[in-house]
Amino acid sequence: MAEERNPMAKTLGESLRQSGVSRRGFLKFCSATASMMALPPTMVSAVAESLEKAKRPSVIWLSFQECTGCTESLTRSHSPTVENLIFDYVSLDYHHTLQVASGSAAEAAREAAMHDNEGKYLVVVDGSIPLGNPGFSTIAGISNLQMLEETVAGAAAVVAVGSCAAFGGLPHAKPNPTGAVSVSEIVKDKPVVNVSGCPPIPTVITGVLAHFLTFGSLPELDSLGRPMVFFGKSIHDRCYRRPFYDKGLFAETFDDEGARKGWCLFRLGCKGPMTYNACATTKWNQGASWPVESGHGCLGCSEPDFWDTGGFYNALSIPDSDVIRNAAYVVGAGVALGAAAGALNRRKQSKAASKHETVTIDDLDKKS
Amino acid sequence: MSTSVDFLLWVRGPGFDIALVVFLIGIVIRLLEVLILGRKPDFAEPRGAELGAGLRTLVTRTLPEQGSFRRSPFTVVGGYIWHIGFFISLFLFIPHIELINATIGLSWPGIASNLVDAVAAVTIVTLVAMLFSRMSHPVKRYLSGPEDYLTWLVTILPMITGYLAYHRMIDPYPLALGLHILSVEILMVVFPFTKLMHAFTFFIARWYNGAMAGRRGVQS
Amino acid sequence: MSEATLERGMNAFREQMDAPIASFFSSCVNCGMCAEACLFYTETGDPRYTPINKLEPLRRVWEQEYTLWGKVKSVLGLSQPVTDELLEEWESLIYDGCTLCGRCSMVCPVGNDISYMIRHAREGFVAAGYSPEGMKGASRRAVTIGSPMGVKYPALAAQIKHVEADSGLQIPVDVEGVDYMALLSSMEIMNFPEYLEALARIFKQAGVTWTISSEAFEATNAGIQIGSSDIARELVNRVVVAAEKLKVKYVISPECGHAYTAIRWEGPNLIGRPYSFKVVHILELLDELRASGRLKTEGMDETRLTFHDPCQIVRKGGVLEPPRNLLKMVASEFVDMHDAREMNWCCGGGGGVSANERAEELRLKVFKRKKTQLDELNVETLVTACANCRLVIEEGLEEYRMEIPVVGLTEMLAEHLVEDKSE
Repeated sequence: MAEERNPMAKTLGESLRQSGVSRRGFLKFCSATASMMALPPTMVSAVAESLEKAKRPSVIWLSFQECTGCTESLTRSHSPTVENLIFDYVSLDYHHTLQVASGSAAEAAREAAMHDNEGKYLVVVDGSIPLGNPGFSTIAGISNLQMLEETVAGAAAVVAVGSCAAFGGLPHAKPNPTGAVSVSEIVKDKPVVNVSGCPPIPTVITGVLAHFLTFGSLPELDSLGRPMVFFGKSIHDRCYRRPFYDKGLFAETFDDEGARKGWCLFRLGCKGPMTYNACATTKWNQGASWPVESGHGCLGCSEPDFWDTGGFYNALSIPDSDVIRNAAYVVGAGVALGAAAGALNRRKQSKAASKHETVTIDDLDKKS
Repeated sequence: MSTSVDFLLWVRGPGFDIALVVFLIGIVIRLLEVLILGRKPDFAEPRGAELGAGLRTLVTRTLPEQGSFRRSPFTVVGGYIWHIGFFISLFLFIPHIELINATIGLSWPGIASNLVDAVAAVTIVTLVAMLFSRMSHPVKRYLSGPEDYLTWLVTILPMITGYLAYHRMIDPYPLALGLHILSVEILMVVFPFTKLMHAFTFFIARWYNGAMAGRRGVQS
Repeated sequence: MSEATLERGMNAFREQMDAPIASFFSSCVNCGMCAEACLFYTETGDPRYTPINKLEPLRRVWEQEYTLWGKVKSVLGLSQPVTDELLEEWESLIYDGCTLCGRCSMVCPVGNDISYMIRHAREGFVAAGYSPEGMKGASRRAVTIGSPMGVKYPALAAQIKHVEADSGLQIPVDVEGVDYMALLSSMEIMNFPEYLEALARIFKQAGVTWTISSEAFEATNAGIQIGSSDIARELVNRVVVAAEKLKVKYVISPECGHAYTAIRWEGPNLIGRPYSFKVVHILELLDELRASGRLKTEGMDETRLTFHDPCQIVRKGGVLEPPRNLLKMVASEFVDMHDAREMNWCCGGGGGVSANERAEELRLKVFKRKKTQLDELNVETLVTACANCRLVIEEGLEEYRMEIPVVGLTEMLAEHLVEDKSE
């Protein structure tokens, strides 16, 4: 199986046609990809040409402290779609949830892919890396940290898929018992793309890969290392319920009239204003719906530390403390201190009165 | 790891608690310091009642006396615009109402956020104009000391950071929000130690003014 | 012999502090609007005359000694102390540059009663020895001679004789058990004896029983002006003793602004108890007589005239309607100035400024405010109800070469009295 051993030998176009994907279907995918990446329509043919000629890159998928939700997201996107197909045509050489091989054979596949594609392969990571104790998460006796470091060494680039890999995610949530960190905390000398989300949108994952295949480079990133194309605007700014926010029309509970009328979910804790992701435009499950459309506020899952920012049903700015109780104590203390300060003032006042020397016409002048 | 969310969590957590403590204790102390001083009994036979006249002045002093308005229109109009703009931004912006509702359980209807946005822009511009006026008008320039400029700064900062956060001009968003909350906390901390206290003591001042004049039969 | 010291001044500042003053200082935002209400600023353009600025020494005492934060600040050396130099510099602002007219107190947006604070701040200045020579002299004369102008009873007795001879009326002196005891200002005794005659004629017609006390005829109170409660108390007490000795029901405050403030509003607090008599302003009394039909006039003055509201009687005294009610009885062409009643502009000589010789140039300069008001109206006569305003205005008119006669309202009414038929 020389072909299997060297996936870069066949171009993407050849593979697709072998699998029965028509030219038309391929172009459809290209234009979808182009529009997703916010490229002008004139670029579709360029995308198609590049993809046609692209060699299937080797991809090594590492799963660390994760829930497999990211993989689920990818595989549960209803097939057959072109997005799914293209995934068949990267050479996914190591993915311990999906691969048939196990044990030392699996590890051997990883090592072989690394060796054969030195400097060219992509590493996709889901899950965070525990720094607290290497034993918290190991694969084949290798700690996550060690595996990441050695796998990344020869990679062209790293894609951190999901909020755990991108920002630490749930394992990193306070008190972070495993000392979980994100990929970019460890990988400093390779380009890292963060495709955050819990889980991330499947088309966004494939879009990043498509970009890499098309242009041989990584897309433009925001300050958090996320592709601008998908994470450039907030959920709030692209939300179809935004006009209700601007008019001040809010659902107060999940079953009131406002909720039925599809009003803004801000008062129910929607994190749309602080969350950057493409849910509002790409939607989920083949464009069927997305959280806000289904009537629930955005949780902010593609943002760092979204687990730690308070209740999902509270606005982001809400103070953590029990303000009323604290205020009561504080005002109580204030009254005590104020009464003391007031008493000092009164004493000063009356002391001055007792020290008063009657002013007479004989002492209007100052001596000297 | 210190991220923007950590910063937000700090300003929203311990930062807010500290600011609240300083703000509330400070205000209560300042008010009691004033009120406990009291007044000497007035043995002069009154011509009018103090209470009604005091309460009336409390309200009527909100409008400028005609002649003063003509003589310092900029101070009056500018003062109105930015005070009203500040209060609209503070109390009618939906996320602020939400915050108040979540912390103390009081809620009221807000107004459209793009309207608040416009009001905030006008308020900021007016505040800047007020600063220029303070630096150029002979009386204001003469009277003003560091405290006047400090209070101006801590007043405009929440407006500016709020404006930047709303328009996502600071990245990432939790940092923008955190800076906004921090600027409000600075305002709260500075408040009791400066003339910002007038927001509370003017009630007392107007009442005394009106009451003392009302006792003599004059509506001040 | 004791002397004025900074320490006594500071003690007086501390003693004066009360809740209103603390609330006022807490509320000031340096908006500068009080400047526009003060004729010393509007006519000079000098920002030092901004009313709230005149209180800087008292403000420092408040901040440094009556606020917790201010105490911390002064411990840290962040605040400037009140010194002799400061008081010396501010003396001219708080005495020469303020007539206690109270106009600023009407416009302050946060409600600060600035003139109330000036009155209290002067207590500290006088105790520290920083008050104008002219006002010191007036105080000494008031205490030793009985009148700031040095008028003793024999001078009044001579004037009484004159008036009695001219009018054929009797001026009652030291009559016990009458209803009213009239006070006079020494300015009226020396410069405007017409007032005394007017009183006699009006009271005769109205059947008011009254008297003058030979022991306490002086209404003015130099202590109020210089800002010393101790001196003011001594002077007020003379009136109280005389009124209680003569067992009168009322004491009449004459056409003099600060005298009304002194005897009506400050007096009871100076002696620390309510009076056993009531104090009325002459205009209040006349208005009462008018209302009950006991004051009858005839003829109308048809010259175009206006009324200058004396600050202490109107804005700070509450005698708002009587002057206008009375003027309407005798004047058909009465017009009000642009800023009238409680918003009237001061003549520039109240609050002791007219007794302060060194302030004369400034006083004449700020008189331009009154001149502007009068120019707008184009009146032939100016009526007022304060002998001090009257004198200051006459001097101002002369300075600016304006030919407008100034008349006292009481005299004007007396001129229109219905002649008694029995005579």
